[in-house]
Amino acid sequence: MAKKLMKGCEAIAEAAIQAGCRYFFGYPITPQNDIPEYMSLRLPQVGGCFLQAESEVAAINMVYGAGGAGARVMTSSSSPGISLKQEGISTIAGAEVPCVIVNMMRGGPGLGNIQASQGDYFQAVKGGGHGDYRSIVIAPSSIQETVDMMPHAFDLADNYRIPVIILADGLIGQMMEPVELHMNPNPVLPEKPWAAQGWDPKGTRPRAVINSLYIETEDLDGLMTRLNARYDVIREKEVMVEKYHTEGAEYILCAYGTVARVCKAAVRILEENGIKAGLVRPITLWPFPTKEVREVFEQESVKAGLTVEISNGQMVEDIRLAVNGLKPVEYMGKGGSIIPAAEDIAERIMQMRRA
Amino acid sequence: MATVFKKTPVLTDVPFHYCPGCGHGIVHRLVAEVIEELGIQEKCAGVAPVGCAVFLYNYMNIDMYEAAHGRAPAVATGFKRVHPDKYIFTYQGDGDLASIGTAEIVHAAHRGEKITTIFINNAIYGMTGGQMAPTTLVGQKTTTSPLGRDPEHCGKPIRIAEMLSTIEGSAFIARCALDSTPHINQTKAAIKKAFQAQLDRKGFSMVEILSPCPTNWGKAPAEAMEWLKDNMIPYYPLGTFKEV
Amino acid sequence: MVERNIFAGFGGQGVLLMGQLLAAAGMMEGKNTSWIPSYGPEMRGGTANCSVMLSDEEIDSPLVTRPTSLIVMNRPSLEKFEDKVVPGGSIFVNSSMIDIKVKRTDVNAYYVPCTEIASELGNSKVSNMIMLGAYLGKSKCVEVETVLAALLEKLGEKKAKLIPLNREALLRGASCIE
Repeated sequence: MAKKLMKGCEAIAEAAIQAGCRYFFGYPITPQNDIPEYMSLRLPQVGGCFLQAESEVAAINMVYGAGGAGARVMTSSSSPGISLKQEGISTIAGAEVPCVIVNMMRGGPGLGNIQASQGDYFQAVKGGGHGDYRSIVIAPSSIQETVDMMPHAFDLADNYRIPVIILADGLIGQMMEPVELHMNPNPVLPEKPWAAQGWDPKGTRPRAVINSLYIETEDLDGLMTRLNARYDVIREKEVMVEKYHTEGAEYILCAYGTVARVCKAAVRILEENGIKAGLVRPITLWPFPTKEVREVFEQESVKAGLTVEISNGQMVEDIRLAVNGLKPVEYMGKGGSIIPAAEDIAERIMQMRRA
Repeated sequence: MATVFKKTPVLTDVPFHYCPGCGHGIVHRLVAEVIEELGIQEKCAGVAPVGCAVFLYNYMNIDMYEAAHGRAPAVATGFKRVHPDKYIFTYQGDGDLASIGTAEIVHAAHRGEKITTIFINNAIYGMTGGQMAPTTLVGQKTTTSPLGRDPEHCGKPIRIAEMLSTIEGSAFIARCALDSTPHINQTKAAIKKAFQAQLDRKGFSMVEILSPCPTNWGKAPAEAMEWLKDNMIPYYPLGTFKEV
Repeated sequence: MVERNIFAGFGGQGVLLMGQLLAAAGMMEGKNTSWIPSYGPEMRGGTANCSVMLSDEEIDSPLVTRPTSLIVMNRPSLEKFEDKVVPGGSIFVNSSMIDIKVKRTDVNAYYVPCTEIASELGNSKVSNMIMLGAYLGKSKCVEVETVLAALLEKLGEKKAKLIPLNREALLRGASCIE
């Protein structure tokens, strides 16, 4: 299929539809409004349903209802709205309901600003809502990669009955790039016998109870054991990471999302200056590519690492945990939606080299 | 031997956990009987609240959800939009519906969401230990209004049925009570009408049910029924507020 | 070939569209392209700008911090971005709206009286297309006809009658440079 110049938000919405998503519940917030706007027009055309909820809180609970009813369902929002959704995300995780949540991160805390940010890393990766749960977190760095990732995101959600968060910065939603969509008018979706759909007492399917309440400690422990076993499989099988020019590199940049692309430009500048640098880009932020990051830093050639973020330093903690003191890892970035320029990143590495 | 009474198959065999004299057991049975009588057991799902009725999913012999506090109408909306040919009800108390879940209930009604809500108004928070509800009567003592509800301080009790009946999207809104056998029979008839409104795709339907909470009211069961009749009904008039 | 451009002006001057058409035309000619808008409240009547990249290679960073070309439709935009342009780069100035000159001497400055030319064509709305034409006349990074094909796709067949006017605008703009 020919490429089409599409805004990130619209491309994500169409890719979700092609992945079999037929239900979307959301609430307006900048900078992700193009997703609900696109869905409001497109979903009825494919026999689906778009509903603008009264709040993010209601929207995520509608997602819970629809996901619990067996549908492929998505919601999207931006940072303050994602905070409001946390109660529902925790419920969804506890009730083992699959869904996809897009966060087009903007600056925070509070209302912050509406420019691109990576300030919600901790929220997405370390929990967000209350309780002992995980969400799979995917952080694409281009519109094409986001589009390619959507069917996988829905499959992961269904396979593991887990919320999957697409953690993108506002820039990915607002920019346009040529994309190739994977058109799939009749996606084959998995059976969900566990879903609420009306129960036949004479049938073989057990009665569905979509629920996150386990009042007896033994029962909650049972859920935790089940979830932990699942999380272990996810850690083992679902890590995605890109290694760019890392082989034999002296300096390793670590970044995700749009910033990782800026880092690639920095690698190019450094190479032009005769400095061997590479980039490790986690594509899944949970499960985090701990082993892969460590392997890169274990190379004898590597002197140090530099994590670059549009935040006050969040992912750097996971990078340092992975590197475990083997090599120094510095942090570069700002919280106020200011994206470091490639030239400045390259200059920082040169400074580290001189030091 | 002739069968004179048979438990509806829409209730499971799990014993209710409610206190003596509580109204929930009565209403569970009424809802289950209505589902049986309408012949929709295999097409109907329910959403349990946070509150004393939290374990409703153990008692109803249909597919069930448990929702976060106040969110049942949003959860039901998600189900209904995926399965428009099926039926769903939410079962909510006064803290759940009239306090933390006001946005969800008002907007479910406002959208004319084709769902049915059973609203238990016992003028108090039960499960958390008898705190003041939005529906707590003026002067009524609770664990967070130990000197009695002071309207200067926290307003007067909210009348949900009246409010929701003003919303265009609501199709059937009634208030009933459990204080006597005739009133219980009226309650069942209203629940049936509410479900029928959903079956007929008319819009949102709700039955508010004045229900006793002897434990948290600090009264014996029979005394609680009297208190409900003497104090709640005068402030919360019974009747059908809307029927389209 | 790598073009790193910033288009900037008042909201309503069509600067976002200029950039989008260039990005779309680049894509149609098989190049890698990207388009990033400024967004938010500043779009409503304030200044608007977009960054557009065209490259034969894969685009790593789509952010334009040091443009090879700056295309400015109003004075605040020139003042804001003039210093960012790479030495040897180009600045295209809408001289109908901007009464100052480019201060830098290490860049090529082109002055295009967009509004006047647009008035001559009988439609002041095509000022942006005149400016885009001027940029194309200098950079020659995509064909005028490809830009028109991108415009047609954007407008839809119902508005195909607008294509000849826009063609003329692009060509008149280009001729300012040659």
